[in-house]
Parts: sequence; C-alpha cells; structure tokens
Amino acid sequence: MRRGRWIGLLLMGLSGGAAHAASPDGPFGAMSCSGCHATARGVDTAIPRLNGRPAAEIAAAMRDFQKGERAPTVMGRIAKGYTDPEIDALAAWFAAQRDAP
Amino acid sequence: MQVGAAMVGALAAPRIASAQAVGRVVIVGGGFAGATCARTLKALEPKLAVSLIEPDPVFTACPFSNAVLGGLREIAQQQFTQDGVERAGVTVARRRAVGVDGKTVVLDSGARFQFDRLVLAPGIDINWSGLPGYTEAAAEKMPHAWKAGGQTVLLRRQLEAMDDGGLVVMSAPANPFRCPPGPYERVSLIAHYLKTKKPKSKLVLLDAKDAFSKQRLFQDAWAKLYPGLLEWVPLSKGGKVVSVDPADMTLATDFAKHKAAVANVIPPQRAGRIAEAAGVADRSGWCPVEPVSFESRLRPDIHVIGDAAIMGAMPKSAFSANAQAKVCAVAIVARLAGREPVEPRLINTCYSLVAPDYGITIAGVYKPTNGQLADIPGAGGVSPLDAPQEFRAREALYAEGWFRTITAETFG
Repeated sequence: MRRGRWIGLLLMGLSGGAAHAASPDGPFGAMSCSGCHATARGVDTAIPRLNGRPAAEIAAAMRDFQKGERAPTVMGRIAKGYTDPEIDALAAWFAAQRDAP
Repeated sequence: MQVGAAMVGALAAPRIASAQAVGRVVIVGGGFAGATCARTLKALEPKLAVSLIEPDPVFTACPFSNAVLGGLREIAQQQFTQDGVERAGVTVARRRAVGVDGKTVVLDSGARFQFDRLVLAPGIDINWSGLPGYTEAAAEKMPHAWKAGGQTVLLRRQLEAMDDGGLVVMSAPANPFRCPPGPYERVSLIAHYLKTKKPKSKLVLLDAKDAFSKQRLFQDAWAKLYPGLLEWVPLSKGGKVVSVDPADMTLATDFAKHKAAVANVIPPQRAGRIAEAAGVADRSGWCPVEPVSFESRLRPDIHVIGDAAIMGAMPKSAFSANAQAKVCAVAIVARLAGREPVEPRLINTCYSLVAPDYGITIAGVYKPTNGQLADIPGAGGVSPLDAPQEFRAREALYAEGWFRTITAETFG
C-alpha cells in the first residue's frame, strides 16, 4: 500500500509538470534531494528527512536558508537555486511523500 | 491530497490504454547511475521490462574509498550487491555488454537484449594510451585506485607495508576526470595516515593542473594539519607527469624524475568502453548528451548518464550520477508514453574529508541553458573559508550520512 501510494504521488508530481506544459515551477528538482535526505527507512543519518513534513515547515526552512539563517552548511548554497514558486512546489511535494519501505 | 487524487485519476486513463506498450529498457552498468536508473524506472512504471547488464556481482563504491586508503574504513563498507535491484523487479544479467546492433545490446556471451530505450552508465575506463609507461601491468605496481576495489586494497597494503620515512608520490590528471576533488581528498587522507602512523614519511602530489576543486579549503587545511608532510606541485611548477616507469618506481615530469616508495598514478580517463562501441563517445572520449533527458547527441535512442557523459557544469560524481539517473528514468517514462520530458533541475553536492572530523563541500544547482546543464547563478559554491571547527565536523558527519543515504537509494 505504502509503495503504491508513493509511486502514485511521484507520478502525480511528474504528470503535474507535464500537464502544465513542462512548467519549471513543478516539483521536478525534488528528485535530486533524496541523494542526501533519506527516503528509505532505517538509514542512519544526521541529515533530516523531508517526506511527510508539513509543507509550511519545509518552505520556511528553505527561505531561511536563502537568507543565511539557521546556520546551514550546504543548504544555504542549494536553496539559492530555487525560486519562491519552486520552493512551494517542492515543499508541497515532500509533505505528500511517505518513506519507502 | 485532493488535487493529487484528481491528477492520478487524470493520468490513469492514457496509461491503461498504453499498458501493452510500456516498453523494454536496457541499462548497461550497475553503479550509482545505472542501479538508480533501474530502480527508479520500476518504481515509476512497474510494467516496464527493465534489464541491467553488469558483469561484477559486487559494486565497490568510490566515494569514501579514500578513507579506506587512510585506514579509516574497511573495503567491505564500500561494497554493495545488485540484490536490491533484483528485488525491485529488474532482470540482472551478469555479463559484459560489448556492442549495440540496431535496437539490440550484444553481450560477451553472444546473448542479445532488445530495447526500446537503452541507458549507458558505464562509468570510466582508464585511458591506457594517455600516459606513456602506464599499462595494466604497471597499475599492479603503481595502482590508480580510481576504480574502487582490488586497486584500493592494493594501494592500502602498499602504504601499510612502506617503511616510516618513505616517499609517497601521487599524480593527478588534467580535466576532465572522475571526481574533481578526489585526488585532493586522497592526498589529505593519506597524509592523515602518514602523520598518525609513519610521521617521518613525505607525500608529493604532482598535478597536471594549476587549479582544482575546493582548492583554498584544501590548501588551508593542509597548512593547518599536514605542514611539512605534504607538497602539491602544480603544472606551472613542473607538476605534469609525462611518463612513468614501474621497473624503477619513477614518475617523470619535463623537469625531474621522482622515485617513489609508493606510487599512486591517477591517469587520464575516458568513458567506459561500451560508449565507444555503441558510437556515443566523441573524439574527447566522453559522451555528448542533450540536457533534458540525457539522450546521446550522436544516437538519440541511447541515453548516457553518470561519469561517461559530458554534463556541462555538473561534475563527474556519484551524487550527480544518482541525480541524473532519476531525471533520465522520468524522461524515459515520458518518451515511452509519447510525452516530452519536463525540463529538470539537478543538484550536486560533493563532500570531501581532509581528516576524520574535517569535512568540506562544494554544491551546485543546475538547469538546461543553451543546450548544456549550467549552474543556476547565485546558487552553489564551497564551504566558507573561515568556518569554525564545529562546522567542519558537522560537514564530516553529514558526509557519512550522505553516503549511507545515497547507497540505500541506489542499491536498495
């Protein structure tokens, strides 16, 4: 069930982009994030997980990182690559994800 | 959620209609790019027939392999099987791909795999004609250790066997090559090993370049941590190695011969051999691709991802390979469904250790611009030069977390 849900939501994200004529505002860049932010259970890491966190919390963190707040390491540099609408789309996408088994 | 349900519903109709024709995807190479792409394809579209061709049953990861050389990790911590790829429903063929004939991949066994889309993720090969004297036999005496595995273990054993007071000589190639900060992380962690275990020894890095990734950060750290132990010789000071001689363990530049107790030659590289056989490598030895779906500019039904591809501003790194693989999987699903792939955003982050609790990073965010992946202006960059030790320790901790996360995502 969880797996099906994850796939469905992932496809939603992708088809969302396609449905809006390849809009760069879509959550497409989200796929890079899981290189650092674990999506599989049981991974031992100090890097916070994003799946299922409230969208407002993720978006606020990204905007703070852009301003150099919250003493980021790499996220201060990465957050600057995203526009406001992109941040909102990413945040909504992660809020809807669940960790893979 | 309601929006999501509606969209899944909207998507379902055309997908069911095309269920008979979801397609066959063949992937060559089971590293960070290939294994990620295979697993992502099955997660996106379980009906796809996905095959992975990889002769080696065990993949040895390069990231953190420099810590094995420094005595901080064991090689087993670097090793991953394809079991998680098979569990995802991917057919794994433990053979070597030797050619591409029309829409068919030919294996060394003579077996043939038909594809609708082919993904080549062969990583690098050593360019054996790129450095006079450096042959496969020479690499058994002067290891490159730039493809992790037996070469990594060999170099570590040589370092362990060396007398205190010995001279370790390394050479770094001109751009482009796998893992731009890698030679400098390696020299740092070998220096750490020598400082703690063989403090009378010396380490020289002969470089074919005058500039390198995270240079100020590395050089500041070297001055602090390894003064008098480690010497970097840039191109402009005669650092370019022009030949090596394994018989007397020397590396020659235009100006001097350096005799080593242990020699680590990081030689010139090119895309893995199958790239040339498939006709997707250009005269540089690497593979030009377009930046949205990573389709070859030379053969559009073949995608090339990871270190083998020319990815504009994105470096040849495991992080990049994993990120490109996910974008490529999405593009393949779109292509097979008759849709145009969506323009991607990609991220890279490269962690390097200069000592066990001292990490530094470089990051970038990329998008297609004028036919190449280009840096998004204002984003990315390196760790601050003036950061306190707590910051370096935090980046070292995150580096370990990153490795566990990316290998879990890649190999399952």
